[in-house]
Amino acid sequence: MKKQVIVLISLVCLILLFVLGVNLYKSQRAKKYEFMAQENASTFVRDYSQTLGSDDAKVYLVKFSDPACETCSAFHPFVKKLMAANQGKIKLVIRYAPFHDGADYFVKILEAAKRQGKYWETLDIMYKTQRYWASHHNPQPQRIWQFLPSAGLNLDKIKNDMNDPEITKIIQQDLADAKALNVRKTPGFFVNGKSLPSFGYKQLQDLVESEIKEMY
Amino acid sequence: MTNLDKASNSNWTIVFICWIIASVSTLGSLFFSEVMDFPPCALCWYQRIFMFPLVIILLVGLFPFDKSIIKYALPLAIAGWGFAFYHYLLYSGFIPESIQPCSQGVSCSETYLDLFGFLTIPMLSLISFSTIIVLLFILKRRLSK
Repeated sequence: MKKQVIVLISLVCLILLFVLGVNLYKSQRAKKYEFMAQENASTFVRDYSQTLGSDDAKVYLVKFSDPACETCSAFHPFVKKLMAANQGKIKLVIRYAPFHDGADYFVKILEAAKRQGKYWETLDIMYKTQRYWASHHNPQPQRIWQFLPSAGLNLDKIKNDMNDPEITKIIQQDLADAKALNVRKTPGFFVNGKSLPSFGYKQLQDLVESEIKEMY
Repeated sequence: MTNLDKASNSNWTIVFICWIIASVSTLGSLFFSEVMDFPPCALCWYQRIFMFPLVIILLVGLFPFDKSIIKYALPLAIAGWGFAFYHYLLYSGFIPESIQPCSQGVSCSETYLDLFGFLTIPMLSLISFSTIIVLLFILKRRLSK
């Protein structure tokens, strides 16, 4: 009987140690981000970053995303609903973490569309049509072009603008910031510098709502 | 307690220690990937394939103590050790990165953790597999006496 007890106690100790480690790690990480948000705000928001929402908003929702990522696409309407429900209190910041192979291409199109003032229209179209050009087993980036005119874009100008080295620099800076913030999966969310305790719709909503409560 | 009892107790303890090492390694690797968000590379996955089942089969071998556990655990540990050793060579630069089998985003030679300046994740894996193998060989010798 004694041996069973030894093994059981060891098992409980190991699991407890693991849970303790998880909590310790998470609280330390949260502290680190909080510090970075205060001291190094530009890691979260760069001057060139595309934002949506009122400048008076006190809750900054930073989203590291990839136009070719399905989960980013799935979160897009959810974030919009969150913003609509809290009118004027949330500012959305889009950062790029194009981890999918060849996703740079779509970021370049998006940044070129920004120059025509059609950023959000283009992003909407991209997410809506994503399954046609970003399928994992058969990515066909060229197919995106047939959908772009519906965003009201001048395609010739896009083709010209998207090769601007400035856009490449933006992507590199965003990737460097993503690395600094330990974003390894997309979408990566930060709400006023705080990361999600665990990934999910509910967790994002809770974090945003608790920040709104704190700031307003 | 007779001498025979003492000996069988020590044998049990050896397997028990192996089980602890495998459990710590398993939980540790899960901590790296699930909590710290380090993406496991292809070689890490091969090592996990051989480490995770050790936790289960060593535990089964403990109740009641079954000496044939060596026969089942040792091949797993040796196969895992092979991958760990290869990974360690890759990590420390003895094998050039150009011939590494990983692709798509996660590099097998990128350093994520460097404890005390020498303890890396592949090193930890190599230590775990080596210790389990040595302990199982000791047990084998004791039992064949």
